[in-house]
Amino acid sequence: MEKLLHDLVLSPEWYFTAARGLTLILIVMTLAGYSVLLERKASAWIQGRIGPNRTMHPLIGWIPFVGTFLAKGGFIQPAADGGKFLFKEDALPGHVRKFYYVLAPIIALAPALAVLVMLPFGEFLYEGKRYAISLTQGADVGVLFMFAVSSLGVYGIALAGWSANSKFPFLGAVRGAAQLISYELAMGLSVLTVFLATSAPGQDHGLSLVAMVNAQSGAWNILTQPIAALVFLICVFAETNRHPFDMPESETDLVGGFHTEYGAFKFGIFFVAEYSHMIIGSTLFILMFLGGWHVLPWMPTVGEGWVGSLIGVATFFLKLCFFLFFFVWVRWTLPRFRYDQVMRIGWRVLLPIAVLNLLAYFAWYALRG
Amino acid sequence: MAIKVVERRPLTLAERTYLPQILAGLKVTWDNMVRPSVTLQYPEERPTIPKNYRGVPTLVMDPNGREKCVSCQLCEFVCPPKAIRITPGEISENATNAHVEKAPKEFEINMLRCIYCGLCQEVCPEEAIFLQNQYSLTGLTRESMVNNKVKLYELGGTLPDGHHKWDKKKEEAEKQAGGQH
Repeated sequence: MEKLLHDLVLSPEWYFTAARGLTLILIVMTLAGYSVLLERKASAWIQGRIGPNRTMHPLIGWIPFVGTFLAKGGFIQPAADGGKFLFKEDALPGHVRKFYYVLAPIIALAPALAVLVMLPFGEFLYEGKRYAISLTQGADVGVLFMFAVSSLGVYGIALAGWSANSKFPFLGAVRGAAQLISYELAMGLSVLTVFLATSAPGQDHGLSLVAMVNAQSGAWNILTQPIAALVFLICVFAETNRHPFDMPESETDLVGGFHTEYGAFKFGIFFVAEYSHMIIGSTLFILMFLGGWHVLPWMPTVGEGWVGSLIGVATFFLKLCFFLFFFVWVRWTLPRFRYDQVMRIGWRVLLPIAVLNLLAYFAWYALRG
Repeated sequence: MAIKVVERRPLTLAERTYLPQILAGLKVTWDNMVRPSVTLQYPEERPTIPKNYRGVPTLVMDPNGREKCVSCQLCEFVCPPKAIRITPGEISENATNAHVEKAPKEFEINMLRCIYCGLCQEVCPEEAIFLQNQYSLTGLTRESMVNNKVKLYELGGTLPDGHHKWDKKKEEAEKQAGGQH
């Protein structure tokens, strides 16, 4: 079993690499589709409704128990929505800059999928060595790469708003870019404290996410650095453009925000990109503050060998599911901030807090020696 | 009256961080989430109709199964959108209900015009027209949205009232006729 895991994760043949990459993309795309379902279901529950409960495929619907369950849970709904987006007329408005208009959704989605390269979500032992379940074995630049590339997603938004040649998308795009710049600072500073902790003198850790998770086999970072965790969490909400920070979309004042002029499959790609960014943001928070695949604080693994690693992966996905739910839960609880409030929170609250927090940790590590 | 000055205390630190309020909000939505939903699965589940509901106007029959309308045309005159069209008719001498003054030959209510105001029910001296429970009326053509007499009685049914107005009139008339002998 360990051998099989090892072969699956580490075989150098090109088709294995391609299969691993495709599997990961498939998982994330499916997860994004089902977080849309989660969004619709949870919003329905919060508002006293039922949510999608009728969509059914005739080939599955006749199965007595499973069919009703799938229909009531709305499990076919993402497929139906995706199919609708795929088969709708893909209109190209006459007043847009065509090349960039088509390019924008691709640029929005590509970074979200590219960062998957660095994403570790489990660990296993093989012949006395520990390997991460990841495409790149937790390369040393892991965190930097994820931050750098996932922020590129805003270029998709900016390009969409600009190429649409229409005022509301443009306003949305400008807001999105400004918001990303504002919150990237506080986010980076809050992550620095985590680096201080995991790469303290005498510890052999780089910027690798795997090392960062393993440094949390005792206390999780959320327990040792609650302020950094809070700042980072708020910044993740802002960077993924989720409520209460969804300035680029902001449908009450900007019609549909940056994707006002988009429809059919291009809009669908924006949608998937948004939820993929949500997934990436959640995994970053889980890896850096919530102990990654460790089951509980001070309890890194349950079970031995491959059972333990499977439980680890399951734990990671449970945490991810909880986080996706948390994103949805917060969205349907809080009203949207005004744009100037967003800027004020970013520059005058979160940034000073992050700086002070970093200085405090500097002092603490300097005094401790 | 004494003026009461409401004290406006400044926000506490916890309130200024906004976090306790967010947590309280999350609790509110969580409570809503675990509460059963109020959705009515419409075509399968129907809402309960309250008493005195004003649905589709219908014609009713008296306990003897006789039509109550005497085609006085008050409803036709009072109807604000002019949805009612009555063609008055005579009752033949041999009919069992020959003692009733008149009956409508045709009675049409155009449901594309009707505004469900209930004035026809209010004005009717014979208690022959009632707005009943039916709230969902559809049709594929304009003609099918005009309820004729047959349809109206089908929708209305029988009203079990105890007036027996025309029976009493008939009895009285027969009594008077008997007294003259």
